[in-house]
Amino acid sequence: MSDILLRTAGLSFAYPERGSSPFARPAMRQVVKDVDLAVPRGSVLGLVGESGSGKTTLGRLMVRLLQPTSGSIQFDGAEIGRLGEVEMRPLRARIQMIFQDPQSSLNPRLRLGVTLTRQLKVFGRLKGRQDARDRAADLLELVGLPTGFVDRYPHELSGGQRQRAGIARALALQPDFIVADEIVSGLDVSTQAHVLLLLKELRARLGLTMVFISHDLSVVRVLCDDVAILKAGEVVESGPVERIFSSPQHEYTRSLLAAIPLPDVEPGWLDDAGPASIQHLQGSAA
Amino acid sequence: MTAILAVRDLHVAIGRRGHAANVLRGASVDVEPGEVRGLVGESGAGKSMLGRAILGLLPANAVITAGTIAFEGRDLLAMPEPERRKLLGRRIALIPQDPMTSLNPVRRVGAQIAAVLSHHLGLSKRQARARAGELLAEVAIREPGRVLDLYPHEISGGMRQRVLIAMAFACNPSLIIADEPTTALDVTVQRQVLQLVERLRQSHGAAILFVTHDLGVVAKICRTMTVLHAGRVLEDGMTADVLARPRHPYTRALLAATPRADRPAEALRPVPPALIESLWSEAHRLDRLADAGLPS
Amino acid sequence: MRWGEIIRRVLLIPPTLAGVGLIVFVLLRVVPGDPIAMMIPPGASAADIARLRALYGLDQPILQQFVVWSGQVLTGDFGRSISLHQRVFELVLARLPATLELALLGTVIAVLLGTVVALIGAYLRGRRAEWAIDGGVGLLLAIPDFLWALILLLLLGVILPVLPISGRIDPQLDIAFGTNFYLIESLLTGRLDVAAALLQHMILPALALALPFAALVARLLKAQLAEAEDQDYAQVARARGFSRPAILLRDVLPNALIPTVALGGVQITLLLGGTVLVERIFSYEGIGNMAIDAVINRDFPLIQGLILTFAVLFIALNLAVDLLVTLLDPRLRHG
Repeated sequence: MSDILLRTAGLSFAYPERGSSPFARPAMRQVVKDVDLAVPRGSVLGLVGESGSGKTTLGRLMVRLLQPTSGSIQFDGAEIGRLGEVEMRPLRARIQMIFQDPQSSLNPRLRLGVTLTRQLKVFGRLKGRQDARDRAADLLELVGLPTGFVDRYPHELSGGQRQRAGIARALALQPDFIVADEIVSGLDVSTQAHVLLLLKELRARLGLTMVFISHDLSVVRVLCDDVAILKAGEVVESGPVERIFSSPQHEYTRSLLAAIPLPDVEPGWLDDAGPASIQHLQGSAA
Repeated sequence: MTAILAVRDLHVAIGRRGHAANVLRGASVDVEPGEVRGLVGESGAGKSMLGRAILGLLPANAVITAGTIAFEGRDLLAMPEPERRKLLGRRIALIPQDPMTSLNPVRRVGAQIAAVLSHHLGLSKRQARARAGELLAEVAIREPGRVLDLYPHEISGGMRQRVLIAMAFACNPSLIIADEPTTALDVTVQRQVLQLVERLRQSHGAAILFVTHDLGVVAKICRTMTVLHAGRVLEDGMTADVLARPRHPYTRALLAATPRADRPAEALRPVPPALIESLWSEAHRLDRLADAGLPS
Repeated sequence: MRWGEIIRRVLLIPPTLAGVGLIVFVLLRVVPGDPIAMMIPPGASAADIARLRALYGLDQPILQQFVVWSGQVLTGDFGRSISLHQRVFELVLARLPATLELALLGTVIAVLLGTVVALIGAYLRGRRAEWAIDGGVGLLLAIPDFLWALILLLLLGVILPVLPISGRIDPQLDIAFGTNFYLIESLLTGRLDVAAALLQHMILPALALALPFAALVARLLKAQLAEAEDQDYAQVARARGFSRPAILLRDVLPNALIPTVALGGVQITLLLGGTVLVERIFSYEGIGNMAIDAVINRDFPLIQGLILTFAVLFIALNLAVDLLVTLLDPRLRHG
């Protein structure tokens, strides 16, 4: 058993751009370029980037919702980059994804109890109706929601509660590996901190291995062991969180860190002429 | 100095009579000329409602049940509609939240800016277009002449937000309501936009009421700030003082719950649920008092 | 619309037409009703009937008849009408402009009327008067075009005889036309008196066609206007001090038109189909009216020619609607 649960090598993804003429050969748009990353068992890797950086696509490749154009993805020592849907199916129980918007990823017509245990049923791990209720209640308890929520519909929950329900659903099959895509970005500060600490507690308790996708470096620092900075589909810098935050090597990482407005009054912040400043903007193409 | 904007004891309720829910419970906010004031709160705090009330943009099912909004000494709520329309866009402007949806997708950028200029300043088509080009240059858009003829979908999100900022400053307003103007943007773009807003504010001499949930943004651009929760003002003061020495437990709790890139994870303290609960029960106690006709 | 999409659509036209042709051809011959029986004088001998049958090729197996007919159609020969003894192609070509002008006038009236009603309805949103608009639109929509034709004919032709109720133009007027597009020709050549006389004849049938379609436009557009007015750009326009009517016309309408045309544009085919009965009621000399005679007389070649004509019109209309949507939406134009 290797201590790296997920490893990507030369991972790339491209899709044909819609051409203006049906006769011209479509140009390929590279969304993920040559990504080499390793996620050790029991650790959390943060994937950070701005819009268009390819972080969500990379996450979807890792859970094989997308097929890579080239490169490899090894999960628990086995290559999964080329597996077909049928061959992937047994692995789906071990690999889960939590989505950005719990509002749209939870079926609005189903009670939480049903949503939470649906995958258990698909994988034949339920012993009747009472078992389903018990398992759903356990899952709700695990994420700090009242067990009475088994009979609630998603619209009856607050944003933070829905995100907890999304986490509970991903945990139902006791997966080894979870990709969480911007799951705290829509939440208020007071709720966000609770969800972050819940994730921290769960990974310690369940020994989860996670990839945590976010645009927000501050949030990544709370939860992750390692972080990879993405820009235009490429990893520009990666390493342990403390190292990246204390001594960023790449110019882009530095500009990202400098652009974060910390809640301290700092008079010169708006005048700084760094790479992310207005002076820079005027020089760039429109 | 007299305030350019004085919101006094504003009460707003949403929903049909009998089932109305209060969203503002006697909020008061002052903005002085040239000042940038942060209006901070989480979702449901009523911060956007307050901004919308000033602009007369409350949803159809919302009613202002009490309070006044004075702009340059005149009560906007008592003003006839046509008179208020003359102020909106000219003396009071808006920088909206979402640059992707706040520009009309079927009209060219230049036409949208020019419409404001000819509506309020009576500029001719030619003059308005020329001025629109100058405004685009002012918000650091290269080749403004070319961008005037583009449709919104042909420019980036950050650029659209700059176009909206140009439109807000177009008629040299004395007050700008900025409604979470950088929430939808990437951090690097956010910083550029904040720099830009500050630069234009100085050159045009406008005051800004900056609505946001982000204490970091407030710290960087607002001289003063007001903390809102459940439609009530909990704390109010100079940004430097409030952030360094928050007086209200809620402000303190918010600061402790904000993840910081410069501090390790252990520093994070979530907001105690009991605190939120007590704030809401206080808000509902005030509602019952108001329903009973008693002063709060 | 992208090039690929346009080419795909154009390539689909021949198979579509072939399919329509085959279905009509076979159906006509399977369904009871014999063109020969309709044209023979009483007491004709069996030999005479057989001779006529052979003359029109009706004694052959159906598929063989179809092969012969399609071969002729490909060379531009649609056969001869059994009842009118003329070439189908020329008959249709002579009458088609009348129907096109009528349908066009109906569409213009419907779009103008529907847009005005939708704008008023959207302006009155949330007020009690909105109910009156919705009710009126519902009523217009509930009554089909041929019933409108009868109602209009009765009201403005008989009870209050202010408008002519039959034909395309006054038979007393002896006017020479260079084309069969009478209205368009007279407008282009500046003969406004002639155009007025034509319009007097066309207005009632055009109205009958237009009213249900106007209601459809009004209902679709009003819903789209309401949706567009809730969008951020319309809200933000209010914060810039623009009045509601100005915002409705300048910001909301152009956006609401896009889905309205996309959804409602193809419904013009309903209006086109409505010409069949409405032309009959007003004795208007178009292909709709001709189609009824052709069916009564079991005039196979003429029916086939007319159905193919309608099919071509429907296809052209669908293409035109897609092009119009592309034209209205800059996001599609250079997407």
